[in-house]
Amino acid sequence: MTLDQQAREEARSQIVSAVRDFVQRDVIPTAVRCENDDIYPGELVEQMKDMGLFGITIPEEYGGLGLDFTTFAIIFEELSKGWMSISGPIGTHHIMAEVVAKYGTDEQKQHWLPRMATGDRRGGLALTEPDAGSDVQAMETTAVKDGEEYVLNGSKMFITNAENGNTFLILAKTDRNAEPRHKGITAFLAEKGPGFKVGRHLDKLGYRGLDTCEITFQDFRVPADSIIGGEEGKGFIQIMDGLESGRINVAARAVGVATAALEASLKYAQQRKTFGKPIAQHQAIQLMLADMATKVQASRLLVHDAAAKKDRGERCDLEAGMAKLFASEACGQVTLDAMRIHGGYGYIKEYPLERYYRDAPLMIIGEGTNEIQKLVIARNLLKRYAI
Amino acid sequence: MVVEANLELRTQVLRAVREFVQRDVLPIADRYDNDDIFPHELVVTMKEMGLFGCIVPEEHGGLGLDFTTYAMIIEEICKGWMSVSGILNSHLIMAYTVAMTGTEEQKRHWLPLMASGEKRGGLCLTEPNAGSDVQAIEMTAVREGEEYVINGTKMFVSNGEHGNTFLLLAKTDRDARPPYKGISAFIAEKGPGLEVSRHLDKLGYRGLDTSELVFQDFRVPAENLVGGEEGQGFYAVMSALELGRINVAARSVGVATAAFEAAVKYAQQRKTFGKPIAQHQAIQIMLADMATKVAAARLLTYDAAAKKDRGERCDLEAGMAKLYASEICQQVAMDAMRIHGGYGYIKEFPLERYYRDAPLMIIGEGTNEIQKLVIARNLLKRYAI
Repeated sequence: MTLDQQAREEARSQIVSAVRDFVQRDVIPTAVRCENDDIYPGELVEQMKDMGLFGITIPEEYGGLGLDFTTFAIIFEELSKGWMSISGPIGTHHIMAEVVAKYGTDEQKQHWLPRMATGDRRGGLALTEPDAGSDVQAMETTAVKDGEEYVLNGSKMFITNAENGNTFLILAKTDRNAEPRHKGITAFLAEKGPGFKVGRHLDKLGYRGLDTCEITFQDFRVPADSIIGGEEGKGFIQIMDGLESGRINVAARAVGVATAALEASLKYAQQRKTFGKPIAQHQAIQLMLADMATKVQASRLLVHDAAAKKDRGERCDLEAGMAKLFASEACGQVTLDAMRIHGGYGYIKEYPLERYYRDAPLMIIGEGTNEIQKLVIARNLLKRYAI
Repeated sequence: MVVEANLELRTQVLRAVREFVQRDVLPIADRYDNDDIFPHELVVTMKEMGLFGCIVPEEHGGLGLDFTTYAMIIEEICKGWMSVSGILNSHLIMAYTVAMTGTEEQKRHWLPLMASGEKRGGLCLTEPNAGSDVQAIEMTAVREGEEYVINGTKMFVSNGEHGNTFLLLAKTDRDARPPYKGISAFIAEKGPGLEVSRHLDKLGYRGLDTSELVFQDFRVPAENLVGGEEGQGFYAVMSALELGRINVAARSVGVATAAFEAAVKYAQQRKTFGKPIAQHQAIQIMLADMATKVAAARLLTYDAAAKKDRGERCDLEAGMAKLYASEICQQVAMDAMRIHGGYGYIKEFPLERYYRDAPLMIIGEGTNEIQKLVIARNLLKRYAI
């Protein structure tokens, strides 16, 4: 092991053990208190700022922790073992920061990254619209240049951190007639201001406590220098690249939730008795536990494989897509199986199982539905195996 | 001629139920589900419609419908809101148990009251430490003169708060071997010594009261011992649970149908990449799978009901119907959510309710693991070498 590797391992194990303590001590009790009533866990967010979790992958020179994507994935897994929603404040936030770090001008990096790393400026992506989800290029938000500013109009849907965040990476069309369409899409990094209206707070099945809203732009003005990289028409490519780490993040969340469900089941199955013995002694339950654990383990390895590839500086669309697809589907199955093992107790709110079951579809549907993942995976495979 | 008359009655009843669902159930479902409000007004209408006695024989004041029609009624109700079917299910299992194993006096006294809904409730079977393993129940019934004194706790009792009459399983002989021979069934009206100790806050199946009931020196008249004989309770209820499995299978078909129908409509409205998503193969393949599963589940349910209508035991068929229909219901609800994308995940659409309701059918009325064991046991009997 090189010194560099050794240092990395050490940094990883330190932060992971701090996150684990945080989850046990603060996150789980808060989840029980806040989740059902959809209450925002503001105090946890402050603690996460103190821990540096808003700058996990932001380079150290800009005030971040400068950790690799493997560590990033492990942190998301640990947080989601406690409460998946708590990974939301730092999820799209990191995609935003990654896009700035990778494509921003030097001034943009120097201005934004240190503020994002502390969580002083935090938020996420404003990408999806009411009529444009998987089909990002169908977006209708427009940005029209007016002197040294751009004027934004349109609406965005399912925006994470919309209420509590202050800074967003907004995709808008600077050229509605561009062909192909993506060449007309530009990314702006902007703070909230007049004309940035946070609309409906969406009442969700799961992922509760975390604010997901509709946003409307009504003549919302942003300085011309808020275009990432300073050039129009690059937004689509910039963001698509950043979504790789979004998929790793979501896959890691799925691993965390599935692990929590599996661990609860392993415990409960040894406590609950039927027909004179703990249900863990019945083959029916053993088969289920074995399947669950195998799925969780395979999910985790796929996530780490994608993260490792990204750590080597390579593109990992295929691997991140596979990880997101497999881990989220496995999470859906494992959370349901955990509910089966808990019987009627799995169906009531005194146990966390029903929360895991409600959280699971977020990972299946969010960050590009699994149907889109499959198409991305297939496209990559066909490229790789082109005849 | 009899068959024709039945078919006409079936058509009439189903039309009335469909209207009821459209007019009364659907408009309140989302709000009542979210706030966990019991739909008292629906109960009034269901009484007027005779639904509390839909399978109770006509001579005892019921509609005397067959089980196939019953399954269809439950399916229609669940296309609107699954919780409403819970008001009928265990109530009718109770009535069916009385009709099949009660004494003549018990039938004459209780069945008309149950058919009208004046006396309504359900089963007190499951306990905190005895679910799938029914024989492990700990509730005791001790005879004292002309009464039995009941002590113990029942869990997950549907209609526990708002019902007034329950079929109770308790041990009259704790030392009986095998244990089921010590289990007796009683008809119990609420009274002193019966306390609703907890309202359970559930993932789905909301609005319908599911409770924990505590019995402390609760007294029932000895004449309420179903069939008049101790030790018969386990078999009386176990054979009636066939009906419960048909009910739960029909619920699954109803919820899955609602989810599929929402998805097939939405897929024609929502556009991506320049066309309705229904024109993408990825969505078409999903829709085809969903519809095929729903059709198969419906046929399994009707097959089990038809067998019961012929007066045969249908453990195997009812078990298969419950197992398959509940599993595909969860899958179809999930797939419908996929098709709706982010909109499937928010409470402005009913998809998330279908997804929350689905596991009830997987876990309730005997978990699917238990169904599989019942199915296997029946198969091994049939194919014994």
